[in-house]
Amino acid sequence: MNPPATPATGSGRIRTPLPFPTAAKPAVADTQLRANLHRATRTIRAKRARVVDEVPDWEALRDAGSAIKADVQRRLPELLEQFEASATAAGATVHWARDAAEACRIVVALTQAAGADEVVKVKSMATQEIELNEALEAAGIAAYETDLAELIVQLGEDTPSHILVPAIHYNRGQIREIFQRRMADAPTDLSDEPAALAEAARAHLRRRFLSARVAVSGANFAVADSGTLVVVESEGNGRMCLTLPETLISVVGVEKLLPTFTDLEVFLQLLPRSSTGERMNPYTSMWTGVTPDDGPQTVHIVLVDNGRSAVLADPVGRPALSCIRCSACLNVCPVYERAGGHAYGSVYPGPIGAILSPQLTGVADNASLPYASTLCGACYDVCPVKINIPEILVHLRQQAPHPAAERATMRVLSWVMRSPRRWAAALRLARAGAGPLGAYRQRRTGARTLRRLPWPASAWTRSRDLPLPAPQTFRDWWGKQ
Amino acid sequence: MTARDEILARLRTALADNPPPVQVPRRYRRVDDRADLIGTLVDRLEDYRAVVHHGIDALPRLLSEVDRLAVPTDVPAEWLAGYAGQLHRDAPPLSPAALDALDAVLTGCAVAVADTGTIILDAGPAQGRRALTLVPDRHICVVRTDQVVGLLPEALTRLDPRAPQTWISGPSATSDIELNRVEGVHGPRRLEVVLIGLGT
Repeated sequence: MNPPATPATGSGRIRTPLPFPTAAKPAVADTQLRANLHRATRTIRAKRARVVDEVPDWEALRDAGSAIKADVQRRLPELLEQFEASATAAGATVHWARDAAEACRIVVALTQAAGADEVVKVKSMATQEIELNEALEAAGIAAYETDLAELIVQLGEDTPSHILVPAIHYNRGQIREIFQRRMADAPTDLSDEPAALAEAARAHLRRRFLSARVAVSGANFAVADSGTLVVVESEGNGRMCLTLPETLISVVGVEKLLPTFTDLEVFLQLLPRSSTGERMNPYTSMWTGVTPDDGPQTVHIVLVDNGRSAVLADPVGRPALSCIRCSACLNVCPVYERAGGHAYGSVYPGPIGAILSPQLTGVADNASLPYASTLCGACYDVCPVKINIPEILVHLRQQAPHPAAERATMRVLSWVMRSPRRWAAALRLARAGAGPLGAYRQRRTGARTLRRLPWPASAWTRSRDLPLPAPQTFRDWWGKQ
Repeated sequence: MTARDEILARLRTALADNPPPVQVPRRYRRVDDRADLIGTLVDRLEDYRAVVHHGIDALPRLLSEVDRLAVPTDVPAEWLAGYAGQLHRDAPPLSPAALDALDAVLTGCAVAVADTGTIILDAGPAQGRRALTLVPDRHICVVRTDQVVGLLPEALTRLDPRAPQTWISGPSATSDIELNRVEGVHGPRRLEVVLIGLGT
């Protein structure tokens, strides 16, 4: 037994501080938030459906995407070694980080070595996951988010609530208010027109882009055979950060690999249509190490485990590593649409977050998240890489710790249900016992249900009614016909 | 044990169940069978608010609106025929601040993808380095009809991964406010495409 080789769980902003139902409660009661989320998710669902429907080979692309990612997982160690060799040969320096703290230490040290006290940032889930901005700030380095939604969240001193659009929980009026309050150079007569808000962000960041010396990015894909990194974006803030500074540091989860450059032909069709609902996002940048006299001349890549090895170790949960962070599952999820992203605690919200976060941390640390779902399966239908999210949710629910009373109840129920004779007898007993009560509830409330049970069963009725047995079973009724 | 060795060892341990080899089904379209690729490209470009012009004759008129124009060092001379404004060749390389003071940039491209309305630059002939097409607020891009392919897989076979690439689909845009698309953020706010036939 060699302890260091044991797959390890991760740290960072991937744990829910509160159980999901507790965290979701204020969000569900916030009518403004509900309205913002409803409007935004409905818009994006319609856009996605339109551009997916026009692709005749969409299912073939999904099948290919799913298989390529399964192949990556199977060959992850050798592909990482190949990526490292290709990127290094092209002039990049590759670093490895076991967890969030180590990744942050590496980025801080590289920024200091470049002599910079500020960095411009391209939107990146990996850097949000490892809480890089906080680590940079602690080292006296200012981190400027340049993606519009990340900028809104940063200025509002908030946290992201969506993978693709971190500020999805704000409407235009709220965004104008944040800009007027926190953006020193915002026009005094700023309107809430999206075009005017985008213009204000352009003016605010322009000088910073032109003078930045160090940029920090993530990557959507890392290509093993060529050593290429790919960033997909819309605004041009990504291009600014990836092109103008002298030094570029990219923080990349180890699962982001693709075996070959050709595989991009699948993923660059799947990703834009699934995420922003566009045929293609406005800008995609690809770079392979250093290109003399073009773009950053010092290129660093930090490969991060932070719990991914633990996800890989579970053959049922492993496909969660196929995720390309498109957010389609968030946008169709009835639970996400009502609770919003913050209720999930982790930087990864929604259905994918409900399976990824508990696997990254170990299920015991995020035990409520696998239950943040109705198991309706809409997420599986839209997933561009066909992650069977409901199946993994059920698998994780089985692993989650359960209270002793629940375990005992389930053991008894399981014993009863294992025999048709015991089950029929139990039902007869329940009908006899609940008969008068059921009739009473029917008269009083029009339904044979109980609203509240005493503790400990109150945990069950907190968010549901308890149906009482019907006066007659279907079998009894059938027998009499 | 270094972080590298430890991570690789963890991943190998994680794969102790020895997952079976995967056969990747590539049943998706590799070649476009649409008859009118150029028409499709124009439709998709205009859908994302790029402005499309036809024929090299459109260039002098377009450039007459531009006072200060950036060009890559190897821009074809015939594209600039009759240009009377200030011409800024990218040699020695123009600084970001110098580029920011210019009105437009004129380049060619490597490939254009009709299906998605995407223009791909790979720092090849008449394209220059990446900063050149990023900082000026208006990008005028010449696309030859023989550079147009139907689908993404056709484009990738024409590209060298070692070259830095910029894929452009319309002007800079954002969907970050209520998920509605607005054009014009940090990249060029105007994208104009000049489609020219072979031999012109």
